[in-house]
Amino acid sequence: MERKLRVLVAKLGLDAHDRGAKVVARAYRDAGFEVIYTGIYQRPEAVADAVIQEDVDVVAVSSLAGAHAVLIPQLIQLLKDQGVDDVLFLAGGVIPEDEVPQLLGAGVARVFGPGADLEEIIDYTKANVKRR
Amino acid sequence: MAAGERRQRFAGVSDREVKRCYGPEDVANLDYARDLGNPGEYPYTRGVHPTMYRGKLWTMRQFAGFGTAEETNARFKFLLEQGQTGLSTAFDMPTLLGYDSDHPYANGEVGKLGVAIDSLKDFEILFDGIPLDKVSTSMTINPPASVMLAMYLAVAEQQGVSWDQVSGTIQNDILKDYIAQKTYIYPPEPSIRLITDVMAFTAKHVRKWNTISISGYHIREAGATAAQELAFTLADGMAYVEAGIKAGLDVDEFAPRLSFFFDVHNDFFEEIAKFRAARRIWARVMREKYGAKSPRSWMLRTHAQTAGVSLTAQQPENNIVRVAMQALAAVLGGTQSLHTNSYDEALALPTEEAVRIALRTQQIIAEESGVASVVDPLAGSYYVENLTNKLEEEANAYFTKIEALGGVVKAIEKNFFQQEIADSAYRFQRRVMKGDYRVVGVNAYADPDEKLETNILKINPEVQRRQIERTQQVRATRDQKKADEALAELHRASQTSENLMPHIVACVKAYCTVGEISGVWRDLWGEYREESVY
Repeated sequence: MERKLRVLVAKLGLDAHDRGAKVVARAYRDAGFEVIYTGIYQRPEAVADAVIQEDVDVVAVSSLAGAHAVLIPQLIQLLKDQGVDDVLFLAGGVIPEDEVPQLLGAGVARVFGPGADLEEIIDYTKANVKRR
Repeated sequence: MAAGERRQRFAGVSDREVKRCYGPEDVANLDYARDLGNPGEYPYTRGVHPTMYRGKLWTMRQFAGFGTAEETNARFKFLLEQGQTGLSTAFDMPTLLGYDSDHPYANGEVGKLGVAIDSLKDFEILFDGIPLDKVSTSMTINPPASVMLAMYLAVAEQQGVSWDQVSGTIQNDILKDYIAQKTYIYPPEPSIRLITDVMAFTAKHVRKWNTISISGYHIREAGATAAQELAFTLADGMAYVEAGIKAGLDVDEFAPRLSFFFDVHNDFFEEIAKFRAARRIWARVMREKYGAKSPRSWMLRTHAQTAGVSLTAQQPENNIVRVAMQALAAVLGGTQSLHTNSYDEALALPTEEAVRIALRTQQIIAEESGVASVVDPLAGSYYVENLTNKLEEEANAYFTKIEALGGVVKAIEKNFFQQEIADSAYRFQRRVMKGDYRVVGVNAYADPDEKLETNILKINPEVQRRQIERTQQVRATRDQKKADEALAELHRASQTSENLMPHIVACVKAYCTVGEISGVWRDLWGEYREESVY
């Protein structure tokens, strides 16, 4: 039997805006993914641990409070340091256009802005997941 | 599909199906004296004042805060110069959660979503040159609300303004934080004790202060429908009234200082009906259930803010139109004060130019549209009265459910509200995805070549460094013995049933920081953790 794709939906730092993260988590669940939602107020270290323990294929970070520029690269680096390099990183939320290149440079595959279509997020994830 | 109609089903943002037309049969049981009353009369459906905006326009109160106290002070002064009539303070996430700017968790968050406040020094700068006996100030903060109030009182004192002359509001609504906004720190019991301490203290010493702004805004923004917003907010309000009574306070002593804060979303008539229903339910509950005798306890006074969640990042100028319609609904709904969102807020905190347009929108409604000349002009409309009744019924059904779950706190522990809201948020997003709800510029009339965002407000990364420097200097130069003693006293009193406000005032005057004061309580009370449902 084919293994279900596993996605970790994460909120980092002190950002309490969780409407989008929950909607996206539910859309993944409805699309047949195995979903782990971290809940709010997570430190990058804790999320990195969860990524490894839960053996996920995808990490989707939601940010609406401006700390993504610091915290997302931190998370990716923590995982790299532990030899994790086959996870698809996605970001979404309110992320200014001119901060996108920095996130892409850090290893985020794609940034979804406000108004992004749920189906597009799911389709993109399925098409770009690194592990099969 | 009915013949001659372009859709199978007509429903607005809350997904409530509406009929083609409403008539006398839809308001058959409406009794004017019982259900509406004249403006300024019980049950206040038509407004809390007989003259409403003919007497005094609503307070135009734009929420502002970013960077350090200097930047926000400049924005406050700009807004006052533009004709704004009250202040409203946005704090950054570390402040909202009781961390100082030099706490490791604050890294990258300082000054981002609001102003960074660590000590009284910051407050002195924030209100520099602003006479606190002349403006009223709202502060959107919850677990550290008592600390912000204490700082405000300390600054007033420095300005030579006595405490009974200052007026304003602290949000101080922890229940909606567990439900939706999520800026909680401590568990419910000590959190509610902080709130009742504020209610008791201000009733004696700061009589013009609104002690809780019972908020539906965040509940709605998190995904609730209009009926859920109305029901959950009023249920929270009743829980505070019960907490006050349980703490031994006289209901008529604290209830007049409770105020509300609602969202104004896209569905024009539903929003107007929501405000009318809210006033009627509150008046009835306060008089009949809690036995309040003072008409001031029966009156639901409210602030309103246009729906941030309705703003689109795409074609952001369209937001000016959305905000204008929402603001008009709030005014027709009889709000006491109003914040209009800026058109660029789906992208970032607003620029000065965008804020000016938002404020001008209110001024145009007030000065040019004529709607401020007649009180509750939609009363008697078959549709609006029917909707008002429906919303009241739906809210009552929720109250019964919440009671059956054991009350608001128990319902929170059972994730009742959280699941209801998450379900509504998801249902709405599915409707958008299917094109069943059309959002102009997003899933209808989208511009495929659009390049997002032009000029947005950026927070200088220097802000964090400057703020940390100031806070460390405050700690280095204050009378350390006095600060230690004040914190020790707070620690002691927090383990008794003494009112904590005088101790908090002593702490802030000794330049203890928000992080230090919150730290005392974190140690004693622990931190609340939620189980996330979606």
